[in-house]
Formats: sequence, C-alpha cells, structure tokens
Amino acid sequence: MADLADSQVVDPGIDGAIKTLTPEAIERVIAGALDRETAARLKVYLETCVRCGLCASACHTYLSRDRDPDYAPVAKVRNTIGVMVDRRGKVDGEFLRSAARIAFTECGTCRRCSAYCPFGIDVSYLILTVRRICNLLGIVPQYLQDTVNSHAVTSNQMWVQQDDLIDTLLWQEEDAQGELPGARIPLDRVGAEVLYSVIAPEPKILAQLIANMAVIMKAADVDWTMGTSDGWDNSNMAMYSGDFETMGRIERRHWDAALKLKVKRVVMGECGHAFRGAVYDGPRWLGWRQPPLPMVHAVEFYHELLTSGRLKIAKKIEKPVTIQDPCNIVRGRGLHHKLREVLHMLCEDVREVDPRFEHNYCCAAGGGVINCGPPWKLSRMKSIRVKAEQFAATGAHLVITPCHNCHSGIEDILKHYKLKMEVAFVSELLVKAIERPA
Amino acid sequence: MIELARGPLTWVAFALLVGGTIWNLYTRLVLARKDKVVYPYWSTPHAARSILHWVVPFASRNMRLHPLFTIVSFAFHACLLLTPLLVMGHAVLWQESWGLSWWSLPAGVADAMTLVVIGGGVAFIVRRIAAPEVRNVTTWRDHLLILTVIAPFVTGLLAHHQLLPYRAMVTLHIVTGVVWLAAIPFTRLSHMLWFVFMRGYMGSEFGAVRNARDW
Repeated sequence: MADLADSQVVDPGIDGAIKTLTPEAIERVIAGALDRETAARLKVYLETCVRCGLCASACHTYLSRDRDPDYAPVAKVRNTIGVMVDRRGKVDGEFLRSAARIAFTECGTCRRCSAYCPFGIDVSYLILTVRRICNLLGIVPQYLQDTVNSHAVTSNQMWVQQDDLIDTLLWQEEDAQGELPGARIPLDRVGAEVLYSVIAPEPKILAQLIANMAVIMKAADVDWTMGTSDGWDNSNMAMYSGDFETMGRIERRHWDAALKLKVKRVVMGECGHAFRGAVYDGPRWLGWRQPPLPMVHAVEFYHELLTSGRLKIAKKIEKPVTIQDPCNIVRGRGLHHKLREVLHMLCEDVREVDPRFEHNYCCAAGGGVINCGPPWKLSRMKSIRVKAEQFAATGAHLVITPCHNCHSGIEDILKHYKLKMEVAFVSELLVKAIERPA
Repeated sequence: MIELARGPLTWVAFALLVGGTIWNLYTRLVLARKDKVVYPYWSTPHAARSILHWVVPFASRNMRLHPLFTIVSFAFHACLLLTPLLVMGHAVLWQESWGLSWWSLPAGVADAMTLVVIGGGVAFIVRRIAAPEVRNVTTWRDHLLILTVIAPFVTGLLAHHQLLPYRAMVTLHIVTGVVWLAAIPFTRLSHMLWFVFMRGYMGSEFGAVRNARDW
C-alpha cells in the first residue's frame, strides 16, 4: 500500500496538468509513444518477467519503507508501464497521478535492481519510459520542470546568465590566488589540454568548489580552461524529466562548446548524472555511439594526478571518513576502486559501508528525485532510511562523495536522521591535503 | 485416445514449440534494431561473463542473499530440463520412433528428480502466497503457469508407478506435456528462451560500456 501522506502530496506540475487532459488525449499520447518510441526491450521485459520478486532486495525505497511490497521494482513497473501497456493507454487521471509519483519520486533510476534481477531487466529504462510518457502528457513535477525550463532557455540548469558566470569565475580566481599565488581560471582558452566542465549549481551556490579546482590545477600544473558560452553546464535534468529533445539539445551544445575550444579532453566535475548525460544518454539520443571527445570524471582525473605524482599529499585528513559510491560513476563507470585509492591516499581512516561498490544503495536524491523539490522531500527521506543506518554503522565523521546529487541528498539525510556527520566532495579534501608548490 | 495423444497431438506440440520459438525470437530480435542500443553495445565476452555469474549457483550477490530460494530454484530448473530428456520411458519412445538411443537415468534417480520438480513447483506456489513482495504481483495466471509445468511430472510419476489407471494416466501425461511444451513460446515461460539475450545485453551494458559488474 503506497504511503498515504505521499499519495496526498499536491504538486501543480502533476495535478494541474492532469486536469487539462481528456481520456482521448491520454490514450492517443500513450499509444503513440508506445508505438513510436518503444520496441523489443519494453516488449521482452514485460513479457518475460516471471514476477519472482527478487528485485525487491535491490531497492532502497523498498528496504527503507519496511519492505512494503508496493515499493519493490517489480510492483513499480507493474503499477506504471505495465498497466499502460495492458490497457493500451486507456487509463484515468488518478492512475496517472500515481504513476507519476512512482516514476518521478520513488525511483532514482540507479540501476541497482538490474544487478539483482536474474534476467537483468532494465527497470531504470522502464521507469524512464514512464517519465517520457508523462512528459509527453505534460505531467512533470513542478520543480523538476522548472530546471528543465532553465535548461531550455539558458542552456544551464539554474538560470545563470553569462555575465554572472564570468563574474563568479573571476571572483573565484581571486579567491584561489589567495590560497595559492599564481592560480588561474583561464576562460575560453582555445587548444587547452583540459576543459573543466561543471554543473550550474557550482557557480550558482557552491562557487568555492571552482576555486578549489583552480588550486588543484595550479598545484598539478594542468593546462586547462573553462567555457563561458552556452554549453558550459552539462547537468541535464531534461534527461530525467523525459524531455529527451531538450536533453539532446543540452548535450549537443555541451560537446559543440568543447569542440570549438579544441581541447584534448573534458574533465567532468564531481557530478554523477552529468557524466551519465554527457557520456551515455545524450550521445545515444543524438545517434552517436560515443561522445566526440574523451570525458573523464573528476575521480579518474584526481587518480591520474595523484598516481602520476603531479599532485603530492602533504598532510592526510585524520578524522574518520566513509564513502558514498554514486550510482552513475560506479554502476555507471566502475570508478569505485579508483575512488578508494584516491581516498586512501588522502585520509588516515577510511571506513567502508556495507554493501559497497556496485552494490551500494542509491542516495535517493539522484535521478531527478531531489529536483522534484520540497513537496516531495519528506517522501524522499522515508525512502532512504537504509542509507542513514549504513552511515551510522561506520562511526565516521565525514561522508565523502564525488557527486552533487549524492551530496545534496546526504546533507538532507544527515539532518533528517540527526547523524552527527558532515558531507564533503573529494576536492574539498584535496585542497587541504595537497602539497602547495612554493 | 492414447494413440491420438502420442501421434498427432505430440506433433502439434512440437510444431507449436519450434514454430512459436522461432516466431518469438525472430520478431523480437528484429524489433530490437528499433531500440538502437541493443546491437551496437552487445559484447559477447561481457555477455558471457554475466550469464556465467547467473547460471552458477551463488555466483551473484542476490543469490547469496536468498540461499534457500537459490537452492530450490537451481534444483528445480536443472531437474525440469534434464528429467524429460533422460527418463527411461522417453528413451524407449525415441528409440521406437526415430531409432535414437542414449543414456537414460536409473528409475530411482528419475523418480527423485521428478519429486524435486514437483516439490520445487509447490515451493514456488507457497512462496507466491507467503512472501508479500511476490504475492503483491502474483495473479492466478502465475499459479496456473507453475501448475502447467509440474502437471506432466505428477502424471508421469503416477503413470510410471501405476498408482492410478495406467492408460488414463499416460494419456493425461502426454496431454499435460503437450500443453507445457506448446506454452513455452507464448507465455512467461519464454523467460527460458530469452534468458541469454536479456542477461547478455545487461552484461554488455554493465561490462563493456560501463566497466562494472552486474552480479
């Protein structure tokens, strides 16, 4: 039984949109989407799932909500796309309301269940198909849609204007120079070795992270640049709202910007979903087998700088730390071992959670869930009790995670579950620990 | 009656099984081109790696989380596939009809394997009723499917031991066997046909594309 409080959440992006739909429109849109946009995967997954329920033990939502069977992946699929397919789109507003709640707020598309289903059914794909259909019907949680609107208008997620961005980068350059003389943030430098790509929340609300990066780049003597024209932000909430046209536009612009700067490669800041969008979902929508330039995630980049000796550690972090493996760079890139190597070089006392690596629980914030905003926050907290218990068991003082969604989600978890811990990005430890060249 | 079951009905069953399997696989494998992502990212070594971890008992974490289910499920599936091929009564039929002969199971072992299939099927039904996460998504069709699968084993056992009228039981055994075989391509039993493709695709996406394990 779905949680009563959650099913009563009022979200104008969902409820308001449903009121405008007629049964004929609903049927036409759903049947059209199924015919045009789905094929063998959807058919075979739905036809062959034997409903063994083994996927349940993969899902943090199910585990956190006292094993309520309605939160098992198989139930989420049956109660959304399963019904849409069975009834060929003949569904009502009440059904759509519940399907949207399930698809947008109770699944983070973290893909853990695909490694728990004996058949490897791609539940994340099925849930994203539900979101796609909701999007085509105009049903998207209001806060999430606002970020997509920003993407569509400004090419970045947070309505950042170009003059604001440049001003922020110059300001961060000054701050970085206060930390390490000679640090620079070279803007739009053609032919640099590395384009450092950030998501819009960095200049908007976490600007010091960019100064940290300037210090790291100076200390490692990297030839780098940051872009200031459209395409500098490669976060991609449209990927999660089901607005795949906008998703494709964002990724094309991002890669165009990198190609114009003639850089050798792109280093993606500490964000998981942006990496997924730029390397997998975006290129696939655009019909590219892979991105036009190599992209490495910050974890790989730090690993490379530390193991090659370009960065040296002067003083390790002493307090006990634990790790949150982000789905999109662990199940999505296999970076968990490199992340461990980096953190063991940086910290004296690394405490592991159980389970970890590819089996780590999702943060419940990623996949667009946190972007559904305040109306859904309490629901999100109820869905992530297992994570809080995992952290508490480590006795660590600091949770390290190289992902913005994980970071924001964990801040909420620590507050909600009253854990006396803090959360940090790897770069925040790096700037404290590295040897600064004289 | 028994002649009808042994003759035309069995032919119909094999025709439906073979024809249905070809139709099911062919139509969906062609349709998979429209998915755009299936064939370009398929990687046979990574597919094989993933399949291997899911056909070896306890090689995946989820199997280790459910030890009893893993044992029952593997025993059930192994006996389900092997017993009909190796039971002596069937070997005689192969020999009579086609002149083919191969090794067959001692009667006692075949009986035990049949009981494993029946017991496993009953265990699945009990689990479907007792485990909330399974009951929640179970319909009468899921129960019927399990009954369809174990019915030829129940009737086969009864016929072999002649506990009930022999001819009637043999006829019933053939009829239930025919239904089971014919149902494979047209029901959720098609998981049997699709396992390697589905697991292989996910193994490719995890292994070849994303450098991660999916077991």
